[in-house]
Amino acid sequence: MRRTVAALLRKELLVELRTLESVPGMSLFAVTTFVVFHFALNRSSVEGDLASGILWVTLLFAAILGVNRLFVADADQGGFDGFLLAPVDRSAMLVAKALTLLAYLVVLELVAVPAFALLLLGPPLGGAMPDLVGVLLLGDLGVAAVGTLVAALAVRTRARDLLGPLLALPLLVPIVIGGARATSPLFALAHPAGPAARWLLTLGLYDLVFGLIAYAVFDFLLED
Amino acid sequence: MSSPSRPASGAAETSQRPRGGGALYGSGLRTLSIATVAVMTLGLALVFFYAPLEAEQGFLQKIFYVHVPLAIVALGGFVIGGLLAIQHLRTRDPRWDMRSYVAIHMSLIFGVGALITGSIWAKGSWGHWWVWNEPTLVSFLIVFLLYATYQPLRFAIEDPERQARYASVFAITAGAFVPMNFIAVRLSTAYLHPRVLGGTSSLPGSMALTFMVCLAGIALLFATLCKYELTAKHTRAQVRALRRRLAGESATTQARRPRSAAPTLNPAATMSARAAGRPG
Amino acid sequence: MGAALIAELPALPLHTAGKYVAAAYVVLFALVLIYVSIMAVRMSRIERELAELLQDAESHADPAGPASAEDVRRPESTPA
Repeated sequence: MRRTVAALLRKELLVELRTLESVPGMSLFAVTTFVVFHFALNRSSVEGDLASGILWVTLLFAAILGVNRLFVADADQGGFDGFLLAPVDRSAMLVAKALTLLAYLVVLELVAVPAFALLLLGPPLGGAMPDLVGVLLLGDLGVAAVGTLVAALAVRTRARDLLGPLLALPLLVPIVIGGARATSPLFALAHPAGPAARWLLTLGLYDLVFGLIAYAVFDFLLED
Repeated sequence: MSSPSRPASGAAETSQRPRGGGALYGSGLRTLSIATVAVMTLGLALVFFYAPLEAEQGFLQKIFYVHVPLAIVALGGFVIGGLLAIQHLRTRDPRWDMRSYVAIHMSLIFGVGALITGSIWAKGSWGHWWVWNEPTLVSFLIVFLLYATYQPLRFAIEDPERQARYASVFAITAGAFVPMNFIAVRLSTAYLHPRVLGGTSSLPGSMALTFMVCLAGIALLFATLCKYELTAKHTRAQVRALRRRLAGESATTQARRPRSAAPTLNPAATMSARAAGRPG
Repeated sequence: MGAALIAELPALPLHTAGKYVAAAYVVLFALVLIYVSIMAVRMSRIERELAELLQDAESHADPAGPASAEDVRRPESTPA
């Protein structure tokens, strides 16, 4: 199982490196969205709740872009059939794709967070970085699990570009809640503080529950 | 006549029901509906003639007895839809998919009812048609938005077996999402404001009794309507099967069925297998 | 509002609260009635279809047995 996952993961990352389909688009989208927010809100700097919200919403929508493209190549070019013929555990595809999405999200954040700090964020990030990284990672795990599941569900339907976001957005609301509430004290101008434990627990619980569920049901999507 | 062999089309119910279908869902419907009428009438009577007026909100609080049961039953229905979907994936019997579909459909309708009555309550007590600091309403909105994609998802997949399978995967994921979402929203709103519409904890005895009866009534209503829907769908499927038999079972009839988001039962295979077994 | 517990409420008081409560219960009533009417439409459709099928079966009954397969292909027996 581990070898299968490693092999699949390697293939995914290699394809992405050669075609550069998802990650540059996602990152560019995030940066552009920050610019749009500047004009839409008519503000030069944001802090606290507002900053937290802008960051998470932008990351969420950029992630959706990645989710949309996750299985497209497999669906269009017979990757599913090839995989089904191999004598391997089918959940390996879920794990590999989820890890791929996680990797995309990490790279996305490596671009988006500094861009955010540069363009819109009022208070300096410095001390809050470790906390921010932790919260983002927890959120990414949940997005990866649910995003992969939704991508697999939507890719072989007729309106795949539409159904993907429609399915993913409500499912990801708890992550937005947990993530935004957790990072908002980090961006506070007056008294920056650490993230509240309850939000970290919420994110963790979500990751656990949906990770398990995705693992349990994914096989059924691959049957034909 | 022993139980017929499994036909190639994979309609799994043939080996389970040697008769051609029978009163699969209709039996017990009458008892259930009578029970529903009795309990709901009792509940309504209790609400208006027995339950005391609440101190803060006065008469407006009576909406509580219709809004909260609707919400609870709808949420329960979504979770049940997920459990039924698990059964479908385990047994591959399309009847479980049908039950899951009906449960989710009915919960969506009850959920709309919960949203509307909640909105009316918000308007009455706060003057706004929508309030963000009532966690039940907010998490309901999210759940509603999620389940509103159930039908489009089904409709977007043409092959009925795949449609049922993917729908079951969705129902399980969404069913697990319902409690998770409720927790998350509850945490986020309680953090900011006190709850507007009041919780169900610490209810005086007479109110608690009234609430329980109303909850039971709405739950029975849900069960009755689901059973009713399943009976109607099954009847329709049997009529279609009968039509196919009388028309001589041409292949074109089969293909002519339009694309739909709803699962359909296929007793045709059952009936043809049964007729083949009979001496004539 | 006083804190007194009133054990019996004979009728709906007609201040504003009454309208909202009535509206909420009307919503419940309307949902059930809409469902009943949808089912009524379906029921009448099934009744019509069964009547057609009964006619078909009876016209089949004269020449041969009811299950003679290739016998007659009725054009009206395949609406969607």
